[in-house]
Amino acid sequence: MFDLDRWQEIFQTVRKNKLRTALSGFTIAFAILLFTLLFGIGNGLKHTFEKQFAGDSQNSIYIRSGNTTKPYKGLQSGRKIQFRNDDSKFINKEFEDKIQFFSPNIERFAQASYKGEQNQYTVRGVYPDYLPLESAVIETGRFLSVLDIKKKGKVIAIGRLVEKDLFGNKSALGKNIVLDGLSYRVVGVFSDPGGDNDERFIYAPFTTLQGIYKPNDELDRFGLTFNPKLSIAEAIAFSNQLTQVLKEKHKVDPRDQSAIRVQNYAEGAKNVQQFMGVLNVIILFIGIGTLVAGVIGISNIMVYIVKERTKELGIRKALGATPSNIIGMIMMESIFITALAGYTGLLIGVFALKALGDSLEKYFILNPSVETYVVVGATIVLIIAGTIAGYIPAKRAARIKPIVALNDE
Amino acid sequence: MIKIEKLHKSYPIGKGSLHVLKGLDLHIKEGEFVSIMGSSGSGKSTLLNIVGLLDGHDTGKYYLNGQLIENLDEKKAAILRNKFLGFVFQSFNLINYKSALENVALPLYYQGIGRKERNKIALQYLDKVGLKDRAEHLPNELSGGEKQRVAIARALVTNPKVVLADEPTGALDSTTSHQVMELLKEINREGMTVFVITHEEDIAAETDRIVRLKDGVIISDEKVNKKVTI
Repeated sequence: MFDLDRWQEIFQTVRKNKLRTALSGFTIAFAILLFTLLFGIGNGLKHTFEKQFAGDSQNSIYIRSGNTTKPYKGLQSGRKIQFRNDDSKFINKEFEDKIQFFSPNIERFAQASYKGEQNQYTVRGVYPDYLPLESAVIETGRFLSVLDIKKKGKVIAIGRLVEKDLFGNKSALGKNIVLDGLSYRVVGVFSDPGGDNDERFIYAPFTTLQGIYKPNDELDRFGLTFNPKLSIAEAIAFSNQLTQVLKEKHKVDPRDQSAIRVQNYAEGAKNVQQFMGVLNVIILFIGIGTLVAGVIGISNIMVYIVKERTKELGIRKALGATPSNIIGMIMMESIFITALAGYTGLLIGVFALKALGDSLEKYFILNPSVETYVVVGATIVLIIAGTIAGYIPAKRAARIKPIVALNDE
Repeated sequence: MIKIEKLHKSYPIGKGSLHVLKGLDLHIKEGEFVSIMGSSGSGKSTLLNIVGLLDGHDTGKYYLNGQLIENLDEKKAAILRNKFLGFVFQSFNLINYKSALENVALPLYYQGIGRKERNKIALQYLDKVGLKDRAEHLPNELSGGEKQRVAIARALVTNPKVVLADEPTGALDSTTSHQVMELLKEINREGMTVFVITHEEDIAAETDRIVRLKDGVIISDEKVNKKVTI
């Protein structure tokens, strides 16, 4: 129910008692402001860590081969383990339900040139699945397609910085780049959150590079992402199992650490997750602490306000104010001030965070910001606290006999 | 209008209690102008507080406007105060951040009367006490006498049955005191029951009936012989 008269009464008391209003308003606004800032900065730290680990897909696994270091089943140590196409088929068949994306991989350092501009880049022969593995994103054109693989097409997708190196500000799309003497058409340009290194890669169809650089059906390594439905523990179990069967297949001692190496990002992800968890707890703790401080502040002020107004309330009662009139008036005032001040603090906080932006990046604070629901929730908590904080002394004030209140000086 | 029978009231003090009113009987009829005289500690303020429904009594009977007052909760007391009683206090008790007009209009606010109507009525009563031109002034911009006249206007604004004045001139000089008493007399002449508490003989002398209180009992109750003072 909106009672204009009641609101006018409240506006008047608020307006005519500026110090009191300012005092309580400031406490609330400050609590919300602090809350927003601390939470925002905490989130900024979180963003930094998220970015540090954003280079590759969080669920990627890379498998490399090397030389054996232990003799096994009558085979000498020092033997080179070579992956071949049948290993691709084998992995895909064995772990079909656990793999999301999969691509064998050939890597070459190649001389690239375009109209006199030249440079050396890592060229990778991959399948179309490789793009999500690197968390890369196509900016213009397209990535390699299944058809390119089938036709062993002379096409490439290049990193954003490759385009910048060789073409300046012009588009590389549709142009031909010469790699180790052979001409390839650029079909797409990609960007990669992994940073400058990852944006100086050139991707060509796996089959094309294998035909050119590798005798028979040899390949360098595998990249795959595990099914994101797997938990971290399951993912680690999966990569262990993968290592085991591959070692078995290539007759490698299970304890040999260098012949077949599996690098699983899940292990790193586990640490990151734990760290984030701790960070979240810290942020939550700070947030709750600030809120509690705010609640205590507003409670104190409400007690003080009611005490200060005892005589006025006594006068009002003598003139015919019922206890519910008194309680209603104090509570509405309390809620009004808390809501207004809370909202102000929230706005200041959000704008301050906006203004900070990425200027604190060197202190590991990236894009400090707060989720709307968090600050709105915090403001609501303070409003409720202000209401309760107002209710208790208001109730007591309403119970005081008017004669006692009138004699209060 | 006000009828009191065998009224007792005591206040707890430490472990014991202080017996303040010891069986008062008092009957005030409509339109009377009565003063209660007594030194401090005689129980006169306690009596006024009970009559004014600001405080409860222990035993005995109290009828206000023919209605027996008993088992009154705060809410009922507030409504009765608002409807039947107007208060004038020694220390004025105006709300300091409200203008004279708003102070006078406040009892009407608690009757649920709209702002415009409220201010219209309040202005009429301010005019009646001769302070129409002070309507927008805050209490601290008014003299003591003006403050008390505002308080009287506030007491009258609900058109109550009884005006209760607790040492209304206690904080005023003699000239202003006289003006305030003249105002109360005028109100009484218009038919209002006025109930004054004072310890000053000359103030009591301006009323029609003096009830003397000592140590919680009435020692005398007499009509005043109207003599014209200069």
